[in-house]
Amino acid sequence: MNNLNPKLFDKDVQTAGTRDGYGQALLELGEKNHDIVVLTADLAESTRVEEFGKKFPERFIECGVAEQNMMGIAAGLALGGKIPFVSSYAVFSPGRSWDQLRVSVCYTEANVKVAGAHTGISVGPDGATHQALEDIAIVRVLPNIVVEVPCDAIEAKKTTLAAAAHKGPFYFRFGREKTPIITTDDAPFEVGKAQVLKDGDDATIVACGPLVYQSLLAAKQLEDKGINVRVINNHTIKPIDTLTLAKAAKETGAIVTVEEHQITGGLGGAVAEALVKNYPVPMEFIGVQDTFGESGNTDELYEKYGMSTDAIYKAVQDVIRRK
Amino acid sequence: MEEKLPKNPISEQKLAEIALDIREDIIKTLVEAGSGHSAGPLGMADVFTALYFHILNIDPQNPTWKDRDRLVLSNGHIAPVWYVTLANAGFFPKEELLTLRKINSRLQGHPHFGSLPGIENTGGPLGQGLSQAIGMALAAQMNHQKYQIYCLMSDGEHDEGQVWEAVLFAGKYKMHNITAIMDRNNIQIDGMTENIMPLEPIKDKYEAFNWHVIEVDGHNFEEIIDACNMAKAIYEKPVMIIAHTIPGKGVDFMEFDYKWHGKPPKPDEAKLALKELRSLKGRIIGEHE
Repeated sequence: MNNLNPKLFDKDVQTAGTRDGYGQALLELGEKNHDIVVLTADLAESTRVEEFGKKFPERFIECGVAEQNMMGIAAGLALGGKIPFVSSYAVFSPGRSWDQLRVSVCYTEANVKVAGAHTGISVGPDGATHQALEDIAIVRVLPNIVVEVPCDAIEAKKTTLAAAAHKGPFYFRFGREKTPIITTDDAPFEVGKAQVLKDGDDATIVACGPLVYQSLLAAKQLEDKGINVRVINNHTIKPIDTLTLAKAAKETGAIVTVEEHQITGGLGGAVAEALVKNYPVPMEFIGVQDTFGESGNTDELYEKYGMSTDAIYKAVQDVIRRK
Repeated sequence: MEEKLPKNPISEQKLAEIALDIREDIIKTLVEAGSGHSAGPLGMADVFTALYFHILNIDPQNPTWKDRDRLVLSNGHIAPVWYVTLANAGFFPKEELLTLRKINSRLQGHPHFGSLPGIENTGGPLGQGLSQAIGMALAAQMNHQKYQIYCLMSDGEHDEGQVWEAVLFAGKYKMHNITAIMDRNNIQIDGMTENIMPLEPIKDKYEAFNWHVIEVDGHNFEEIIDACNMAKAIYEKPVMIIAHTIPGKGVDFMEFDYKWHGKPPKPDEAKLALKELRSLKGRIIGEHE
């Protein structure tokens, strides 16, 4: 295990929302860089930008429930030299503001950062309307933009700092629930560089977001059965780390992708695209299977929609049989 | 703020001559491109002339000067009048106009930020410009810069919901450093605006959203310039100048006809159009055939 929280597998593992990492990073950035501007569309508290608004009111813009206008304003701010962070739920932004993201931000190469909150089926009780399962697909298809999926609050903080340092459009997504702290403050983080969290030769789990935790749990259970699985935290969906993925395909001969998103167009699609060209091996895909979600609690939904630790455990065994 | 260009007084007569040159160049550019929009560019030639040759605080030799006024074109499909005006103002060589819509050109069918000096925004998909302009205006306010942002919009694009999100926002935040100008030519692709989706009473709508509205004849330089000066002086509200224009202005067979919204003249039509424009200038028609 590499650079992992030593208490990761304890029952009382510390948890925090990835969105909390975002809010903390913005406060830090706001102190250091006066060009940081934060926008929200009537979701200041739940996207965790409320504190920034209190501390830096002159650089906090409440847009009302108007995501298209918010994205356009962010583009204009960027053209005026600012570094705007657009904060809303991903179903609304980029869900509703995709045309503005495409034209005003990506084609313009405006230095805009888009934070999509409440992603994945784990959004839970709010139901399918509010569970963003398509945002990775609709953003990664656009040129000129980086797509990141942090796995825990610590990585979310690092991602936010990296977004500010990166020149150009940048998208990153968060979950709603508190999820286990997987990494450490000292763990290396670099945009475009996937991390091998656990070594192994029998198969590789390539995961992103909070489901990295379930992936590590499944790998641990498989180890007890004598199956050594490599686990990769593929936090950057675009540009994807083809080198690390192809190396894993070559050395382990089988891949399982794990994500809280539609398989089509998401991490699974991105990894398949990279490997088919460079080192094709049997693959299994854990994620949402071309369906909408529903209300429920996180564990129930993971179970029903096939993203539980058990589902990952089974998918690894399935893919190994196909080697 | 640094005052780069002391404004030399320019006569209305001179502005009219420049506008005629711009209309001629629009026809030449469009016929060479073989596709593009005719009515809007011709209709807005006087507004663009007034802006680039009198109103805007700009320096064509230094197009990224940080305190320059910004012009955001929301209805990007009238790009030909922007390109022609920029070339005539000295932002890039006029010969390049003939590359419009061709491969490897800096003159894209719809404006692309970063491709060409003087282009301040990417536009085309309607309804996005006012939001972009608001962002620029907020950045200017945060940076304590005094430049003005001029946002040119079409009437037809007011069908888009995003426009009204932006209008609501600008009213709330009293965006005094934005001057919006609407090309009120009453046409859109499928027909007359009042038949496709009625906008009237458009002045009342803006006023209800806490904007100040000035209506002008979009072919009268004095009215355009006075309205822009007044807009800059009004501090407590954003200003919308509704410029009533004639689509296809200057070319008789194009004027008022929505069918010229989205197509260029064919070579024989272009010849006729140029003949008309030149005769208006008082030249001998035969000289130019």
